[in-house]
Formats: sequence, C-alpha cells, structure tokens
Amino acid sequence: MNQLFGHHHAHAHSPVHRVPAGLKLAVALTIIVGTVVAPSNAYGWFIIAAMVLVSAVAVSRLPLLFLLKRLLLLSPFVLGAVLANAWQPSGRFQWQTLVLKSAICLVTVIITANTTPFGKVVRVLQRIRVPGLLVTTIALMHRYLFVLAEESERMRRARLSRTFRKEGRFQWRTLSTVVGQLFVRASERAERIYAAMCSRGWR
Amino acid sequence: MHIPDGFIDGKTAVVTAALSCAGVGIALQRVRGQLPPRRVPMLGLSAAFLFAAQMVNFPVAAGTSGHLIGGALVTALLGPAAAIVVVTAVLIVQSFLFADGGVVALGANVFNMAILGAGGSALVMSAVKRVLPEKRGLVTAVAFGAWCSVVFAAIGCAGQLAWSGTASWKAAFPAMTITHIVIGLGEGLITALVFLFVQRTRPDVIENRTVSERQGDFIFVSLLVTFGIVLFVAPFACPWPDGLEAVAERLGFEQKAADPIPAPMPDYAVPGVHWAVGTTALAGAIGSVVVFALAWLLGRVLVPRVEVSGNPK
Repeated sequence: MNQLFGHHHAHAHSPVHRVPAGLKLAVALTIIVGTVVAPSNAYGWFIIAAMVLVSAVAVSRLPLLFLLKRLLLLSPFVLGAVLANAWQPSGRFQWQTLVLKSAICLVTVIITANTTPFGKVVRVLQRIRVPGLLVTTIALMHRYLFVLAEESERMRRARLSRTFRKEGRFQWRTLSTVVGQLFVRASERAERIYAAMCSRGWR
Repeated sequence: MHIPDGFIDGKTAVVTAALSCAGVGIALQRVRGQLPPRRVPMLGLSAAFLFAAQMVNFPVAAGTSGHLIGGALVTALLGPAAAIVVVTAVLIVQSFLFADGGVVALGANVFNMAILGAGGSALVMSAVKRVLPEKRGLVTAVAFGAWCSVVFAAIGCAGQLAWSGTASWKAAFPAMTITHIVIGLGEGLITALVFLFVQRTRPDVIENRTVSERQGDFIFVSLLVTFGIVLFVAPFACPWPDGLEAVAERLGFEQKAADPIPAPMPDYAVPGVHWAVGTTALAGAIGSVVVFALAWLLGRVLVPRVEVSGNPK
C-alpha cells in the first residue's frame, strides 16, 4: 500500500529531498500558479517550467516508470475533457494548452509530494498560520489514513473468505455494514488516541 | 469530480478560494466553539475514514462501479460545520499527496464538495427533517440529502468550468447534471444504509453531535450556497446567450462550415442544443421529486413499524 502511494520515495536521499520544505513548496506553488494563469501562447514560461521539472526529476532519482504510472493513473479526467473538447468547434478553446498545463501541474505535485515527508509539510502549514484545528485534522488524517485503509482491506478479505453468497441485492447491505463498521472502529480509535494524547501532555 | 489544475482560470480560482476560505474559516470557528476537546481527534479520524471509505466500490448498473463520495454521510454523522472541516482536510491531502484535484483548483473543489456538497446537504436534511419529524423521516432526509449533495457539487463544478471557459455551459451542465443524478442514487442509498447501521450500533456517536447543532450553522451555510449559485449558475441560467457567447458561437459556426470533415457530435454547435439546458433543468426538477419519493419509500422499508412507535429494543 505504501508503495502505491509513493511513500517509499518521500524518505529517500537526493539533493531535491534536502531542499528545505518551505522553499520547495513555494517553488512548486509558483510553477503551478504561473502555469495556470499563463496565456496559451506563453511558450517561454512553459519551456522554463518543463526544464525545471525535468532537471528536478533527474536530480531526485525518482524512478521514471513510477512517475509515468502516477501520471497515467490521474489522467482520465484530462483525457475525458480532451475528448469532449476535440468535438467542439475549435477556435474558442485549445485543448492542447489544457493538456500541457495540467501535465506540468501534475508532474510538479507528484515530484514535490514524493520528495517531501508529510510531517515537514504539516510544519510548513503551521508556520504559515493555517488554523490549528485544521492542521491537527490534516496531521491525524495522514497518520491514520494507511491504518484505516489497511483495516478496510482486512475487513474485505475477511468478508470474502466468509460469504459465498451470490452478489446482488445483498451486496448493498454488506457494503454499508462494512463502511459503517469502519466508521465505528474509527470513532473508537479516536477515543483511544485522545486518551493517549492526553497522557503525553497534549494541550 | 476533483477538478485538476489547468481547468480553472485565475479569476475563478481566486473567487472560489476566497469563498472557501470564508466558509471553512467560519466552520472551524463553530467547531472550535462546540466540539469538546475529547472529540478533536474524531475529526482527523473521520477524514481518514472518509478516505478509506472512498476506496470501497459499489456496483452501478451495467458492470461499472462507483465509490462513495461521503460528504453527506459525514454531515449526517457529525453535523455540518464538522463535516465541512473534515471534507476540506480530505481534499487538501488528496490534492497534495495523491495529486487528485489541483492545487490552484483546491478552492473550487472545496467549494463544490465541502460547502455546496456537505453544507448544502445539511440544509436539505434539516428541511426534510422539519417536514417529516419521525424516525423514518430521518432516513428519508439522509438519503435525499446525500443525493442532493452529489447533484449540487456537480452543478457547481459545471458552473466553474463554464465560467473559466474550459467547457461551454451548454455542454457541461447537461453532462455533469445527468450523470450525477444517476450516481447520486447509489450515494443516497449507501449513505442511508450506513447512517442507519451506525445509529443502531453506536447511537452515542450521533447523539453527541445533535446537541451542538445550532441555527447559526444553517444561516452561514445557506448564505454561502446562495452566493455560489448567484456567482456560478445564474450567469448561464438565462436562456439566451450573452454577447460574447453569441460571437464565439458564430465564429464556431464559420469554422465548422469551412471544415471538410463533419464533427462527430455536431450537436454542440446546433441551435437546438439551447434546449438541452432547459431540458436538463426540467429533468433535474422532476428527478428531485422522484428521488424524494424513493427516499421516502426507503424510510418506510428500512425502519420497521415497531421502531417508529417508540420501542427501541
């Protein structure tokens, strides 16, 4: 699961990994904002952004195959929009620009996310005065995301090994029970976490 | 429904980000005022739960499968203000960690899914609960609210894409609305089933929050929702195209006339497509009546009579 989410790469070592998180996030945000607001004929900007990204990929030693896989995984929305737009009368809108822009933004986010440990991102959020409650929520969400995803996977496996019923109307009941049970377990875990946080001097 | 970067232009991004910041800021303030410290980790865990629940697929017609979106479920379980915070956290983590939904488009996504979706569903749920106050009404409210949350978010998304000039309103509105009217059916059913399950196994989780639900929550949510409708939907809702659009259309016509290969879907440039928007709006109106009736029936089916007459096990 961790491999799928690219966590494996966030803790590797390379010059890109060593750049301070705040600086890296600022550069990434600049590239993304610049790309979004750039007019479609600003080729200079697109070339500069692409060169920065290519050199970042080269220096960060992220596997190229991994990068391509992530990019493909995320493109259905882009492809759908391209198909829809390719059938529209042209002149009003250029889909080539759309693909270019979203590809640059996606690669930027993928590189940044996979070279920055999430804990550092949370610390940057704290430093730029994001409300504490939201930061706590985000930090806890990230911490327990994988725990709950694995829990739901375990529940799925247990269900598959015990139910031999043909799927149909029954499936809705089963699914909702699984999701509901997941929520109940999450809320019980939240209570335990609160006790643990208090015993370690939180607030 | 996560809008990627590049699909939203600068002005739409700035406006949606401002609206979302206002909405999430007020929601945070309300949560801070209402939530006992004991329940603070619940927000983070609910966000993680929502993420995990979104990975559980359910079957849709013809072999395809969809997944839970869950904004309305969290609203039903935790209340509107907490739901807005939770959905926002999910969207932030998704956009950064998984590049699902853009960074610049984050404001638009938060507005659609947290404020229109979760907040809007809270409005619908409270209105239905007022009409049908008994326990069956609660199931109806949750199911109908969940359906509305999906449709609201889709309409908001279509409006923002049209405002950015990425897709024309005439193409985006029918496409987004009709698909999500169908997707919303699954969302409504599964949300109601999950809600009922949690209510039966852990009623304390839900009871804890009903104490803290206040009138003020609904006032600020309805203000924001109205604002969004005025901004993103109203400019396109009038039946005739405005000047800019008319010019673009004429240009489109001319180019198409010069094109030797006919477009596979020439509909988009045909005047008859004006009707698509009206027809979709009509379909949406009829659809919401039908779905409400279905949600009411669901309440009858799922909650046995014994429980209604006040004999909870």
